[in-house]
Amino acid sequence: MTKRGHREIIVEWLIESVIRLCGISAILFVFGIFFFVFREGGAVLFKDFKFGEFFFSTAWYPSSPSHVRYGTLALLAGTFSVTVLAMVIAIPFGIGAAIFVSEFCGPKLKETLKIVIELLAAIPSVVWGFIGLTVLNPLIIRLFDAPIGLNVLNGGIILALMSVPIIVSIGEDALKAVPDSYREAGLALGATRWQLIYRVLLPAAKNGLLAAGLLGVARAVGETMAVLMATGHAINIPTSLLDPVRTLTATIAAELGEAPVHSDHYRVLFVIGILLFLITTVVNLTADLIVRGVRKK
Amino acid sequence: MIPAPHIEIEGLTVHYGAKPALRGVSFTVQRNEILAIIGPAQSGKTTLLRCLNRTLDHERHARVTGVIKVDNEDIRRTNNVYDLRRRIGMVAPLPVGLPLTIYDNVAFAPRMAGITDRAELEQRVERCLRQAALWDEVKDRLHTLGTKLSGGQQQRLTIARALSHDPEILCLDEFSIAIDPVTTMRIEDVLKELRARMTILLVTNLVQQARRLADRTAFLFNGELVELDATEKIFSETPRDRRTYDYTHGVFG
Ligand SMILES: Nc1ncnc2c1ncn2[C@@H]1O[C@H](COP(=O)(O)OP(=O)(O)OP(=O)(O)O)[C@@H](O)[C@H]1O
Ligand SMILES: [Mg+2]
Repeated sequence: MTKRGHREIIVEWLIESVIRLCGISAILFVFGIFFFVFREGGAVLFKDFKFGEFFFSTAWYPSSPSHVRYGTLALLAGTFSVTVLAMVIAIPFGIGAAIFVSEFCGPKLKETLKIVIELLAAIPSVVWGFIGLTVLNPLIIRLFDAPIGLNVLNGGIILALMSVPIIVSIGEDALKAVPDSYREAGLALGATRWQLIYRVLLPAAKNGLLAAGLLGVARAVGETMAVLMATGHAINIPTSLLDPVRTLTATIAAELGEAPVHSDHYRVLFVIGILLFLITTVVNLTADLIVRGVRKK
Repeated sequence: MIPAPHIEIEGLTVHYGAKPALRGVSFTVQRNEILAIIGPAQSGKTTLLRCLNRTLDHERHARVTGVIKVDNEDIRRTNNVYDLRRRIGMVAPLPVGLPLTIYDNVAFAPRMAGITDRAELEQRVERCLRQAALWDEVKDRLHTLGTKLSGGQQQRLTIARALSHDPEILCLDEFSIAIDPVTTMRIEDVLKELRARMTILLVTNLVQQARRLADRTAFLFNGELVELDATEKIFSETPRDRRTYDYTHGVFG
């Protein structure tokens, strides 16, 4: 074999090894995180853990001296309400904006908008929380005559604003991936712009658009800092948009620092972590199933 | 008296940016005529068809000048371009099965034209699929994705789709590229029947196909209409222009 051939084989082998190492370490890190979270959480989970109380009680008194309660129902309701509101706002806006950017605006405006969207996506979540606190809060008080403006509405709007850039950029990619020949074929059949979007582009891009929406949901469920600041941090099952709530993530962020390490409180916070992990897994699995179902048809 | 032409093209020039794709093309097509358009790659055949149904409007860099009249109406000034497109069926060279079921592909245009009656839609879908020689192969799976069909079947699906809104003009852009000879012949027979109802523009590079079907043939070269004459004349030993002879006799590629 020639000298050159030998060198190529070695270089090839090196590159392959590096890539394999990266892959394996990524998997190891993920398992490491699992292990750490489950070890802490597991310590209380398997020691007469009150599942009934955990899921169905609204009483969250983790540091009460006499009767400690770890009920997360109100926290779950908080996460759920804020996320749902955020998605109700963000998905139509995000998909609509993606359609506008991809199908309606000229190349110059498109470039500008894409830069703006990237900038929006890069705003740190503390800044969003701050906007909730200082801009939306007084606005909501004034508009709705509410006693306080830190509530589901505020958190939902902030989360929506945070998810929209993700939905727009992924949604736009999905629409861009639809071949121009589809547009041409639709137009040649006499479709108007709206008919083209509704009957050709949306069906063609539906997997990508679905992924965009679900990534938006994932972002909203996992978001911590901004909701901590914008939702009022009150443990409460909301009955209106103007009720303050507290979310699962905000609870972990706020209490982990003050809970004594390895105490029950500390460990229950990890159980909440496991719960969050399960929620996101379910969201992802559903997404996967939907996408697969869509493909099969 | 010569009847008024169905399509009248006068001084049609198209530029993509600064690059000309059609240079002052003028000709007329009679109603119920089959006109073949031949020419080497890049000669502007597809561009010509896209001017006719005005999908070229959506090409940002394309500039069009000249007049195109259908039924004596200037289509470049028409205020209802959707209506125009519904009068023209277009079959692209590579099959474009829309990401819909077979049924929905064919029912697409009728639905947009406002037909909602189920029975009527079903009847229409069946008729068009039969005309495109596809019905027998797909009648049991009308509700599966059109994109799952083979290349040749997809092409016939696009033909069925182009017929679905009863066009008065049918444009076929090298429709037989992906279709086997036997099926091609079946579709050609259908085209011969359809000509009683519509005018057909057939872009083809198969000399025999043009000979079998076309009354007249136009030879486009480099964006220029070199000549348009009776099909036999174009393919004979004595066309009017030397370049036509060279092309049809394979003197240049
Ligand atoms: N969308 C476009 N943007 C820029 N230039 C184009 C576009 N479409 C076609 N052209 C150019 O216009 C000229 C004519 O192209 P056209 O597709 O009309 O030729 P054609 O005769 O259909 O060729 P073929 O036989 O390869 O299909 C070519 O030089 C081509 O590069
Ligand atoms: Mg072409």
